[in-house]
Amino acid sequence: MAMQLDKIQLNLLEQVADLHEVPAGAYNIRTNGASAGRNTTANIDIVSKEDKDGIDIIIKPGTKKESIHIPVLLSESGIEEMVYNDFHIGDDADVVIVAGCGIHNGGDLASKHDGVHSFFIGKNAKVKYVEKHYGYGDGKGEKIMNPVTVIEMGENSYFEMETAQIRGVDSTNRKTVAKLADGATLIVGEKLLTHGTQQAITEFEIDLYGEKSSAHVVSRSVAQDDSYQEFISRVYGNSECNGHTECDAIVMNNAKVTAIPEIKANHTEASLIHEAAIGKIAGEQLIKLMTLGLTEKEAEEQIISGFLK
Amino acid sequence: MLELRNVSYTVTDNGKKDILKNINLVIDDRFVVITGPNGSGKSTLAKIIAGIITPTSGQILLDGVDITEMGITERAKAGISFAFQAPVRFKGITVKDLINLAAGKKLTFAEACSYLSEVGLCARDYINREVNASLSGGELKRIEIAMILARGTKLSLFDEPEAGIDLWSFNSLIRVFESMHENIKGNILIISHQERILEIADKIVLLKDGEIAQVGTKEEIMPQILGISAVCPQIKE
Repeated sequence: MAMQLDKIQLNLLEQVADLHEVPAGAYNIRTNGASAGRNTTANIDIVSKEDKDGIDIIIKPGTKKESIHIPVLLSESGIEEMVYNDFHIGDDADVVIVAGCGIHNGGDLASKHDGVHSFFIGKNAKVKYVEKHYGYGDGKGEKIMNPVTVIEMGENSYFEMETAQIRGVDSTNRKTVAKLADGATLIVGEKLLTHGTQQAITEFEIDLYGEKSSAHVVSRSVAQDDSYQEFISRVYGNSECNGHTECDAIVMNNAKVTAIPEIKANHTEASLIHEAAIGKIAGEQLIKLMTLGLTEKEAEEQIISGFLK
Repeated sequence: MLELRNVSYTVTDNGKKDILKNINLVIDDRFVVITGPNGSGKSTLAKIIAGIITPTSGQILLDGVDITEMGITERAKAGISFAFQAPVRFKGITVKDLINLAAGKKLTFAEACSYLSEVGLCARDYINREVNASLSGGELKRIEIAMILARGTKLSLFDEPEAGIDLWSFNSLIRVFESMHENIKGNILIISHQERILEIADKIVLLKDGEIAQVGTKEEIMPQILGISAVCPQIKE
């Protein structure tokens, strides 16, 4: 299917998927509430759902070194949508999935993208999932995103999730739920920066059911101005497993951050750790960079960009 | 050349206390070492020179220009570098980032490597490491010194550079100071208790209770310092 993207959409595409043009490999691009282009490969099929908005992505067992891009772009003000995307990842597959949502809202109506991504990961499969959220536009309309990620991990599978939301999104409520079978490994890295009066709530609920399963959740965030962030992380160890959850936040101006880590051992062999630290930028860090010739503002920017790198 | 004229610093928390009293000092030598007992005001003096602490009274001149009112950034730009006694850790900022910031430009791998190898670190192993809790105190200290080398300013200030230097000899540290002087031709001001560092000084300033007790050459000062046991005999080895 030949597709045309306008300048605003191309910019959103670059921000959320690091793409300058329509990608190679499998993709499904959704713009303003409808599918705008799709490509499948011999190993990856994409099928529209019939009962609701969304797609099924079916990756054949043993698929190696392929990527799937599924960006969502909203460039018209006032669009509200709810999308369900299911990823069926075959045994032994090794793939990269890049999702992301970019909203340009130049109008006064709220633009809202809610999505539920469900991953069904086969045995020994390896998935890297990258999800970026980005919003811009000077209209008064809010840019709202509420992503839900559900991950069901098969034996010895590996799922690495990288999410980033740096400025631009007025309100977000993210929920990630994972269930891990024997030997499965889940790694989550979250980067978040809120400013103005933005609000971001992120919630993780991870159930380690399998023997020798492990989960590692790390969130780094910066809250500026009058923004508000809430980090909730629940890791439940139900067998011999390892779980680690960490929240590290820098709070600035009048911003507020809440971190609620919860770990629960339902098995004597479960080993679980939580760490949470919230604080302002250390004065000595600013001073060190200033002694290298940076202004206080430059030093602050350097510290934040390193922290969120 | 750095000149301090009648510099005093008084704190008023929990009653008035003079930390530094009427410091008059000219630093125009290759190596000047400030020494003295703990609590004598050495680190405060270093912070006053770097602009981190504002003196209660007095004047500071760098090459004849009054820098008393300048902040930390301006003094750094005017040509003052300061290696902290306790280096700072940064999450996410790499050794390369810090060396580039210190140099004020993006260095090539070879350039960054030359600064790191000066302090005995292999660039390949360290350049992309984050300056975080994964580095030991000694490694951080050497990276701190490498940053001063990359800055190459006319005045380099080191607050107890020998503290925490692990697996790396004083000889290497002293060689760094010597080659630094050869390359930059600036003044190097070191705060130290270490006898081996005092031995390379062209001028030693002995600070006691916030006042300069004596200024002189190492021949003049060393016997007295050793006499009053400001230096722990165990670290003379």
